[in-house]
Amino acid sequence: MSIEANEEFKPKIVAFCCNWCSYAGADLAGSSRLGYPADVKIIRVPCSCRVNPMFILRAFEKGADGVILCGCHPGDCHYSTGNFYARRRMTMLFSMLDYIGVENGRTRVEWVSAAEGVKFSTTMNEFVEKIHSLGKNVRLGDLRCRN
Amino acid sequence: MQELIARAKELLADGTVARVIGWKAGDLPYNPEPAYFEKEEDFDDFVYNSFCGANLSKLMIEACKLEGKTLVCLKPCDTYSFNQLLTEHRVDRDKAYIIGVGCKGKLDIERIKKQGIKGIKSIKGAEITDDAETLTIDTLYGEKTCAFKDAMLERCHVCKGKEHKIYDEIIGESKDTKDAERFAEVEKIEAMSPEEKFAFFQKELSKCIRCNACRNACPACSCRKCVFDSTKFDSQQKANVDSFEEKMFHIIRAFHVAGRCTDCGECSRVCPQGIPLHLFNRKFIKDIDELYGEYQAGEEVVERGPLTSYTFEDAEPGIVAERG
Amino acid sequence: MYKIAMDNLSALFQKIAESNELYLPIENCGQVNYGVWSEDADVNIEALKTVKSPKDAFFPQSENLYRCDKEEKKISITPAQLKDQNFVVFGMKACDIQGVEVLDKVFLSDPVDTFYAARREHGTIVALACNEPEETCFCKVFGIDCSDPKADVATWIVDGELCWKALTEKGEALTDAVKDLLTDDSAADAKVEEKKAEIKDIVEKLPYMGLSLEGWGSEVVDEKFDERFNSPVWNDLYKPCLACGTCTFVCPTCQCYDIKDYDTGHGVERYRCWDSCMYSDFTMMAHGNNRNSQMQRFRQRFMHKLVYYPINNDGMYSCVGCGRCVEKCPQSLNIVKVIKAFENQGGEK
Repeated sequence: MSIEANEEFKPKIVAFCCNWCSYAGADLAGSSRLGYPADVKIIRVPCSCRVNPMFILRAFEKGADGVILCGCHPGDCHYSTGNFYARRRMTMLFSMLDYIGVENGRTRVEWVSAAEGVKFSTTMNEFVEKIHSLGKNVRLGDLRCRN
Repeated sequence: MQELIARAKELLADGTVARVIGWKAGDLPYNPEPAYFEKEEDFDDFVYNSFCGANLSKLMIEACKLEGKTLVCLKPCDTYSFNQLLTEHRVDRDKAYIIGVGCKGKLDIERIKKQGIKGIKSIKGAEITDDAETLTIDTLYGEKTCAFKDAMLERCHVCKGKEHKIYDEIIGESKDTKDAERFAEVEKIEAMSPEEKFAFFQKELSKCIRCNACRNACPACSCRKCVFDSTKFDSQQKANVDSFEEKMFHIIRAFHVAGRCTDCGECSRVCPQGIPLHLFNRKFIKDIDELYGEYQAGEEVVERGPLTSYTFEDAEPGIVAERG
Repeated sequence: MYKIAMDNLSALFQKIAESNELYLPIENCGQVNYGVWSEDADVNIEALKTVKSPKDAFFPQSENLYRCDKEEKKISITPAQLKDQNFVVFGMKACDIQGVEVLDKVFLSDPVDTFYAARREHGTIVALACNEPEETCFCKVFGIDCSDPKADVATWIVDGELCWKALTEKGEALTDAVKDLLTDDSAADAKVEEKKAEIKDIVEKLPYMGLSLEGWGSEVVDEKFDERFNSPVWNDLYKPCLACGTCTFVCPTCQCYDIKDYDTGHGVERYRCWDSCMYSDFTMMAHGNNRNSQMQRFRQRFMHKLVYYPINNDGMYSCVGCGRCVEKCPQSLNIVKVIKAFENQGGEK
């Protein structure tokens, strides 16, 4: 990919945020006037555990270049244990994606509490930068959604 | 085999069981089919030989809904699947009478044909009592031979052992046929670069015709309605319009049985296109072993599998990138 | 009759591919399927049976019908283009060619399926006589002669040479296009006749040759039909069926399809894809499904092939005896076992 094309690249990033911690963290980032790129589209879910592998793959299919899942810190889940299950599931899924040759780093899990507006903002900035360096997602998308 | 038939008839006659699930002789030397036997005369066709690869434990889901007990013939590796189904309350132990049948490795006709052997008229050495190391195959184009080992199913090369994990009685002897490392193929792929990995799976999965045989044969895939059968879901079972569909299907299929897959190898056995589907399942098994402790699904009836439990110290998903 | 040395086939393929798309059996990861020829393709002309039948060339597993795009408040509809490029399917066997005839009766009768018709119009079939028939073959039961396939061009492999004979206008045109590579040999006719006799000899020895179709076909009407349809034999036969679609997807004559919409995020693509009568949502309608047990779906498949289709098409069966389902069924169920089950029990139990 040429440098010019890279400059034009506007990544599409889907962030699944749990209702109780991370979504509130995003709110705090906003009210604290902390910036994060507009490429990130937040989808609110009741718990990080609500996200199943199909959500992640579906996001890629429909054209996402990166998918990030944010939830409460382990031990702080609103439903006590949801994020523990999510953690195991995502580890398995990410490992499988790596195994079939999808670039490492297109997927990420980060625990963001309601008080961590700064962490939310830096995480998103970092993630967008990472996706920029990886370029467009060509290995997991559906051709029909591209043009 | 005669001992097995005699015992099955006896149990049927004294009313212990109402039916028997076993294999019925096919019309070619290598294609016995799973079948129900309810009357004494049905047993004329009963067969048990080295081509009886099908795992009968899944048939027990339906059989357990019927009146009376069902006798089922399970090979050592099939008993893992049965245990797993028990764990998930999909079968009823009280409704099953399990005869553990001996197994000395099962044969894959595709592997025999791969060696250029065609026009098969008869195969010698596939009887369960035979200890032959070679198969003698009479064909329309002359007599051919084939080493038993070379004709074995992939799963038999990584045999889990000759012990039945659950049974009411055992008939026949079993043999551990393991001669390869279970995770060797997975490790080979893990060592590839992302480009190579991607190319490898792209090539293999491009053969997929979305027939769903892997899903339907899988004893762990026991949902009444599969997510891929939902009409409200726009990536449906049938179409393979774009390569992504297959990837999505195969990742999700393997994921849905992760931690529950006993590695029985039915998916790879039934695939009409010979896609090594066990590579997906085994990757999950390997990861679970490494990250959450060694675990063999179906070894015993357990409360919780690895993906339905957790510890506070579990690895973060970021470990995937760190492991490289 | 013309001939060409087998070693020289890649030159022939190159030549054909200059002006046509060329489909032929290609080996990929240990399996042979029809695919588009390219120079680095691993061509395997001698494989007797491809896993999937070549019906893809005329009726692909999945094809777009039209797409809708939304821009602001405007919706535009673009129909998919019909096939407008000539193509050649090389190496089709007699059974698969008969399979195309079965499809013709469905898709070319009124109302004509334009997508299929366009492909038929632009396609040239080069048939190849079966070299070494296998135990799973039973084409002769349906009156097919695998030693003498009828298509645009017929070919035979004899002693390291491919003998080539054009049978239709399309075939003549293709022959003219590749004439430089072919040599005329009048002695080849005799050799081909010899080969045919040899193949027929083997066919006679195949295990399924004695299969009788009595009790099937277009004369199964009224009481006979009811008897067969309601026979208890079906109840036993279907039991091992996994309800997968392997048999339907490898079959050269299965023609059922489903039409679906795919949401691309900025529009809709309407496509059709092969369907299988083995699936629970086959012919699903708003009121539900009219075949709601696996026994009914299983019966549908075989009754369609052996009774419904012949009734509607002057006795022509929609099974061609290629034996793919015999080879591929995960549970070793197949149409031969179904026919035999009725033969043994005469529909009564």
